[in-house]
Amino acid sequence: MFMENKASDGEQPRVGVYVCYCGMNIASKVDVEAVRQFAEKLPNVVVSRTYKFMCSDPGQELIAHDIKEQNLNRIVVASCSPLLHDATFRKACAKAGLNPFYFTMANIREQVSWVTANSAAATKKAEALVAAAVARVAMHEALEKKRVPVHADVMVVGAGISGIHAALLLANAGKKVYLVEREPSIGGHMGQLDKTFPTLDCSACILTPKMSEVKNHPNITLWTLSEVQEVSGFSGNFKVKVKRNPRFVKLELCVACGQCVEACVFKEGRVPDEYNIGLSKHKPIYMPFPQATPASVLIDPNACLKLSRGKCASKCVEACDRAAIDFEQKVEYSEVDVGAIILATGYQLFDAKKMPEYGYGKYPNVYTMIELERLVNAAGPTQGEIVMRDGRKPKRVGIIHCVGSRDKRHHPYCSSVCCMVSLKMAHLIRERIDAEVFNFYIDMRTTLKGYEEFYDRVLHDGVNFVRGRVAEVTDWAMTPGEEGKLVIRVEDTLIGVVRRIPVDMVVLATAMEAHDNADDVRRKFNISCSKEGWFLERHPKLAPVSTFSDGIFLAGVCQGPKDIPESVAQAGAAAAEALALVDKGFVEIEPNSACIDADTCSGCKTCVPLCPYHAITFDAEKKISAVNEALCKGCGTCVGSCPSGAAQQKLFTDEQLHQEIEGVLNYV
Amino acid sequence: MRYLYYPGCSLKGTGKAYDESLVAVFDKLGMDVKELPGWNCCGATAYMSVDETKAFALAARNLALAEQENGSDPIHLIAPCAACYLVLNKVQKYMGEYGHLREVIANSLKAVGLNYHGTVKVRHPLDVFVNDIGLDKIKAAVSHPLKGLKVASYYGCQVVRPYADFDNQYNPQTMDQLMKALGAEAVDWPLKTRCCGGTLTGTVEEAGLRMSYILLKEASKRGANIMATACPLCQFNLECYQGKMRGTFGDSIDLPVAFFTQIMGRAFGLEAKRIGLQRLFVPVKAAPAMA
Repeated sequence: MFMENKASDGEQPRVGVYVCYCGMNIASKVDVEAVRQFAEKLPNVVVSRTYKFMCSDPGQELIAHDIKEQNLNRIVVASCSPLLHDATFRKACAKAGLNPFYFTMANIREQVSWVTANSAAATKKAEALVAAAVARVAMHEALEKKRVPVHADVMVVGAGISGIHAALLLANAGKKVYLVEREPSIGGHMGQLDKTFPTLDCSACILTPKMSEVKNHPNITLWTLSEVQEVSGFSGNFKVKVKRNPRFVKLELCVACGQCVEACVFKEGRVPDEYNIGLSKHKPIYMPFPQATPASVLIDPNACLKLSRGKCASKCVEACDRAAIDFEQKVEYSEVDVGAIILATGYQLFDAKKMPEYGYGKYPNVYTMIELERLVNAAGPTQGEIVMRDGRKPKRVGIIHCVGSRDKRHHPYCSSVCCMVSLKMAHLIRERIDAEVFNFYIDMRTTLKGYEEFYDRVLHDGVNFVRGRVAEVTDWAMTPGEEGKLVIRVEDTLIGVVRRIPVDMVVLATAMEAHDNADDVRRKFNISCSKEGWFLERHPKLAPVSTFSDGIFLAGVCQGPKDIPESVAQAGAAAAEALALVDKGFVEIEPNSACIDADTCSGCKTCVPLCPYHAITFDAEKKISAVNEALCKGCGTCVGSCPSGAAQQKLFTDEQLHQEIEGVLNYV
Repeated sequence: MRYLYYPGCSLKGTGKAYDESLVAVFDKLGMDVKELPGWNCCGATAYMSVDETKAFALAARNLALAEQENGSDPIHLIAPCAACYLVLNKVQKYMGEYGHLREVIANSLKAVGLNYHGTVKVRHPLDVFVNDIGLDKIKAAVSHPLKGLKVASYYGCQVVRPYADFDNQYNPQTMDQLMKALGAEAVDWPLKTRCCGGTLTGTVEEAGLRMSYILLKEASKRGANIMATACPLCQFNLECYQGKMRGTFGDSIDLPVAFFTQIMGRAFGLEAKRIGLQRLFVPVKAAPAMA
């Protein structure tokens, strides 16, 4: 049994325990009344009550009332996760004049009722957690939250449509924005698309005005060919180190006239063009695409003879009358302070070669959807002509949905945009070359505004729809009619037969997937990933653009598959969240920092190099270590490593933890 | 690596040539592979569909026998027949995944004084030749490079599906690589893993014949002058019915179908009889470098 322990500050603890029904969320498994009765008999407990919804106003009033009437000095609420309502109940305590840190929560919903099948076991576990909380709260101390001023600038990482939109909103609100983009131009995937569904707006026509607005905005500092190297600090006060790769062309001088490209010693392109997905080649000095922003050429150092071998006639230098070419440019590092960071790092496309049954890479006339986007685009490798790799125009085209999506071998999730992309492409093919088009789908997902109507329109275009997952694409001809064709073998599940459909061209609607380096990026920003690699939002419904790291927000597909309107909406939300943070002017910091007891510290310095935030300094004169509270993030590393027990963390002191453990163990 | 050889019933009957050529090739490559003493039928796919539990126990007996031969290294049990390879692997996986099944099998084995801990590795000879022995060593053993031989490698449905992790399920390559190492040309064709008809030739003959015919026709069309197989039933279906196919489909199908080990043996310069070439119904003499 417990000792009648005195509170940490010498006062006799008078604990109030409040057990929540949470409607049926807790009460369907936990015998709430039994927990109340159990708590009533625990040492130091003065009041023990139940209530249907503790978080409601009357619930909070109940606590405030008891604090005043019963002279309570410690509060325990047994309800849901502290992530949801810790702040609610702390406020309720403060309102009644009690220091909010004389409060603790026992989570009997997420950790008990939602995960325990047996009712008796659930009740017992709830009792153990309540006992632990009661024992712990006696050791709590009065603490103050610190207020730290925030930096008003914001960084946006990734300049696809999401990053562009977020950056413009913030800049228009008067904030200084650093927009960091890995590629030589902003624009992202949207810049590669021909038309957008369901309205068939030209993608470039609606995107490029925003791109040029970014370029000309006085509040936006645009860094292309750049990557975030290191992030330190915390919400409101991040320090970000950005690596800026050389362009070998002076941005401020280049006017993208193209004389240098013309003059390059290579008469033909030799590097697969990323913008055209390798369907064309560019020279070592090149313009990424006509509307590239910033509008400047750049040099690929691996392909350029001067930069890779040191020997070249450097005709480009001669050709440039503005002397913009600079082979001496080096990698630069910039360090900036920002209050908030928005991640809009986007996605990559599933590698169709991982499904050899569809023949991508084996049969030249099998294309990915993004390749076809470039083929139908006027700025693409064929100037918008739909011509296949073998030079023919297709008379029959098969579009295969869900390549890599909704497939347990690859990605179990739905990429959400491919149905609409496939419909759009079917429409464009019908319109441009009047070819016969087959769409092979599992389910048609056309859920948003105007999408179903577009589906209907494409049905009336005369596009064929076959419901079934395609088994394979093969050049095995069974009949003379199939000779020289690609045969799509599929079970048509609407008519219940296996079909062989010969086509000239196959288009694979490949899945959206998280970047290969998503895990490195999330580590850099100290956020989490879902198991598919998408960055994890703080709450799927109520905090969809926040992360578990305060001050870091998500926009666009890096959080999960979505189309352009959704990405833009989310970018707006992320910008608003960032604004709310930096405009507030300060952040409150949880007082869970570590401190080192000067009397017990032996001066061994074990903790100093272990601190990930460089918050510990060694005082050579006194021969002891000390924590800088402004830098301490409360990770507890120093506490765990301190051989003499001198390092302690507020809200997690040894005493508090021992009491909590003892509380659980006494009742399990 | 310690190997044991599990021939299975077919290799002692209709697939005798597979047995003979495989053993000869082991020998030529200096591999010490003895036959698993006291082995029994794996039950094949047929018994699985009659009584799964008993079929598992029957097949597991072979794994238990092999495990007894474990030394410091686990035994690699080479199962050349596609059905044996599949069934033995299936038992292995199911025993690992399903506790209740493991118990039932353990009890059956106990009744005959055996037990099995799951340490044996079931391997297909294609996997062993390409990944253990290595193509370099195989190239070095070639004395009669198979110049002009155009091989359609036919893996069948069971070797790479669903268990083999040594090759790609949709476009397997190991046999093709092996054939290239022997100096032959590997014909790229899309039906490498399409079913030959299996037991259909014995039940619904017309359907079975058609499935085999599709394979032979496509391989011929792609320029193959021989087909290599890795399964006794595939070899039987594809070779023995060619006369009937000619009658049924009015097509001049005439393509030698040999075990891939026979083709290896030929490249290694082994005597025709040692690798069972005389047992083939469609003579391989017509194919270049096979005479």
